[in-house]
Amino acid sequence: MRRRAAVASVIASAGVLIAGFQVGAAVTAGRTTTSSGTGTGSSGSTAGTGSTGSTSSGSTGSTGSTGSTGSTGSSAKDGTFNGTTVQTPFGPMQVAAVISGGKIADVKVLQRTDQGGRSVQISNQADPMLRSEVLQAQSANVSTIGGATYTSEGYLQSLQSALDQAGFTG
Amino acid sequence: MHTTFETMGTVVSLEWAGEPARVTDVRRIFEAADRRFSLHRPDSELSRVADGSLELLDASSELRGVYATALGWRGETGGAFTPHRPDGALDLNGIVKAWAMAEAGRALGDGDWCLNVGGDVLVSGQAETGAPWVVGIVDPGDRAELLTAVPIVGARRAAATSGSAERGDHIWTRGREGAEFAQVTVVADDIVTADVLATAIVSGGALSLDDLTGRFDVDVLAVDRNGELRATPGMRELVAK
Repeated sequence: MRRRAAVASVIASAGVLIAGFQVGAAVTAGRTTTSSGTGTGSSGSTAGTGSTGSTSSGSTGSTGSTGSTGSTGSSAKDGTFNGTTVQTPFGPMQVAAVISGGKIADVKVLQRTDQGGRSVQISNQADPMLRSEVLQAQSANVSTIGGATYTSEGYLQSLQSALDQAGFTG
Repeated sequence: MHTTFETMGTVVSLEWAGEPARVTDVRRIFEAADRRFSLHRPDSELSRVADGSLELLDASSELRGVYATALGWRGETGGAFTPHRPDGALDLNGIVKAWAMAEAGRALGDGDWCLNVGGDVLVSGQAETGAPWVVGIVDPGDRAELLTAVPIVGARRAAATSGSAERGDHIWTRGREGAEFAQVTVVADDIVTADVLATAIVSGGALSLDDLTGRFDVDVLAVDRNGELRATPGMRELVAK
């Protein structure tokens, strides 16, 4: 349950940063302080309160490549914008927003810690990948076939079955 | 060399190079696991625990050990992986195959071999000198086609794939809308981690995907219901052109 709370917190904070980006280009959430402690059940509101203040304080923390230059209007510039590290009840966290065509195309978690505040992890998030980006494979070029579990009957229709037969003759 | 045999309701394909692999040992391990854990056999030890005729505390240390491992993973995955059916019945189907594969891997020892059990893969060494074992990943939209190929290199030893559409699969998904992912492949250093996390991500969807990839050293390729792909950075490197 605490894990789920942590996940919810991550999402809440990402939403907070999105709000920040939408308000004014690369305005990022500043460092907020929380009273730490247990914080069970109030993680969302804690993060929300903190960021509201920080948005108005307009920190200059953006390290985005093309970010932070001007643009006080409503349309954000394209690019990837890194937020500053935000303190959450579950430890420090940093996210980046990818802006494309003035809209948020993606939000990535750059780093976070576990509840115990142990080492900061590099994001291992699974991001969208186009089929055209992946290596196209022929069954002749692979050693074995991975796929969702098949039954003995399903095996007969499987690529693995074909490969096994090729293995016996070849 | 190459052999296949049927066990645990699926088919084992074993390929090896060089020294004769201990095929007999491998076969014995799977048959023993099936006798002990199959819920299709009313006389199996697990069936007797499930129907209440055998107290869990009186069960073999092997069974209790696998159950404890499964409960540990339930905690690690926030409940996305569980050794219980929705009605509460004990079902170790989700972990026994991977556990037996790990046992078989220990019996096979070092050397060059590739063990495929119903689409989950555990390897050692390499396919040929200088060439890693390469796992072709089935396209869940067309099972006669491969989506891509994943070389198993470095400390990686295992690739497990779970699906939400395959007949005979026992993955209970959260929510009413069904699974977000049609198929999830996890590459890890050991087969139990790979298999459990693949199952957990199919069950728990995107939330579990982000949570578990952040906490475990694994590479993941997920195919959603529309056929769109998501890949972790490590997997992206492995499958990139």
